[in-house]
Amino acid sequence: MSNPAELLYAKTHEWARVEGDEALVGITHFAQESLGDITYVDLPAVGDVVTAGEDFGSVESVKAASDLLSPVSGEVIAVNEALEAAPETVNAAPFTEGWMLRVKLSAPATGLSAAEYEAVCAAEAH
Amino acid sequence: MSHLLETPLSAWHKAQGAKMAPFAGWDMPIQYEGILLEHAHTRTAASVFDICHMGEFTLSGAGAAAALAQAVSHNLETLAIGKCRYGFLLNDEGNVLDDLIVYRKGENDFMLVVNGACEASDFAALAARMPAGVQLHNISAQTAKIDLQGPLSVDVLEALLQENFHDLPYFSFRSTSFAGESLLVSRTGYTGELGYELYLPWDKALDLWQALLTDARVKPAGLGARDTLRLEAGLPLYGHELDTAHNPTEAGMGKMLSSKANYVGKAGASAVRQVLLPLKLEGRRAARNGDSLALPDGTAVGTITSGSFAPSLGYGIAFAWVDAAHAAQTEFVVQTARAGLPATVTSLPFYTAGTARIALA
Repeated sequence: MSNPAELLYAKTHEWARVEGDEALVGITHFAQESLGDITYVDLPAVGDVVTAGEDFGSVESVKAASDLLSPVSGEVIAVNEALEAAPETVNAAPFTEGWMLRVKLSAPATGLSAAEYEAVCAAEAH
Repeated sequence: MSHLLETPLSAWHKAQGAKMAPFAGWDMPIQYEGILLEHAHTRTAASVFDICHMGEFTLSGAGAAAALAQAVSHNLETLAIGKCRYGFLLNDEGNVLDDLIVYRKGENDFMLVVNGACEASDFAALAARMPAGVQLHNISAQTAKIDLQGPLSVDVLEALLQENFHDLPYFSFRSTSFAGESLLVSRTGYTGELGYELYLPWDKALDLWQALLTDARVKPAGLGARDTLRLEAGLPLYGHELDTAHNPTEAGMGKMLSSKANYVGKAGASAVRQVLLPLKLEGRRAARNGDSLALPDGTAVGTITSGSFAPSLGYGIAFAWVDAAHAAQTEFVVQTARAGLPATVTSLPFYTAGTARIALA
């Protein structure tokens, strides 16, 4: 699965889809594949504030639990509630139906391009 | 990467794109298509597992039965030829050096199957307990082990070998042949499902593995699914639920200590300082090995040994060591790195619909 060119990426394998002054946030295909079958996603509440580079929740797979780091700063205006009952959606569609947060940006989003992010993944795969 | 041992199937796993990881010094497949899929397939159809990392010893010679009865906790007086039994190798204090299955092939002819990580130390401990005239051999390097597990496994095995196995009861075994080589078929396993553990010469393992996989009902499963399957079945894993700090009674297996022989560690095998409790968590979040277990008021009283989301149950399950003073407590809180998870003591097995013990004859 290729990394969509229109997204911004973090080295820690999260993505942001900037739409005006909002952004959707999720984890990448590389991340879901490394984690394996996802069994639980712990997300913040609507109204919580997230900060770029800081943890906003966690994701559990059969084998491990990992922190989620926000690629953007702002207020959470929606969370993907469908992931509570169907966390495997993150495995199946990490860039689309497996989104996690919608954030009202408090600062312009920055991040890696798809090409820059792919270099990070290539280095980690070794 | 440091030097890892390879099974006769390691190259096959890698060619299939399996995720590999070190386990007990071996380069082993963790998953092929995914742990949840492999877990579900084993519960509903049949899976093959590469278990070549486990150790096998033979023990024979005049006096072998009497010597073995002194060396391990198994009750050999009631173990008939053609049957096998689960039990323990204990240290002088009665704590667990390993769990192992003893196969009785003759009055004084046995095979012992031990954990891969314990193979060298088990062999040394057993050798030190054997008198002259009894021959103990480590046949691990020549012996491959493939587990065929799942409710359809008997049909798969019968179709491949053109032989009836409905008449082979649970914890029984017999020798047959595959492609002209000896094959030991044991109706045992580590998944809670009907299944077989197959032992054969190392250099025939790939042929048997591929022959089993020509059956469309069979998929390969890795150590990831093996771990979730065994945990749901309530089966202990050495190094987690069993170790040299605890004895079999503490691990909930005191009933197995029926041997009348004065085996090494017998005196200390029944003292209870901690108890192993099976726990059910409220939601999908998992407890993990090493997490702290506390009373509802926050007082730490124990440690999680194994924990996972249970795929066949839909919630988290775990084992934990708890100080004996709190053994009657039924409500706890698991302190993970991220949250406090309420946990309730439950009964074993966690998953009760397994087919392991069904009567086929």
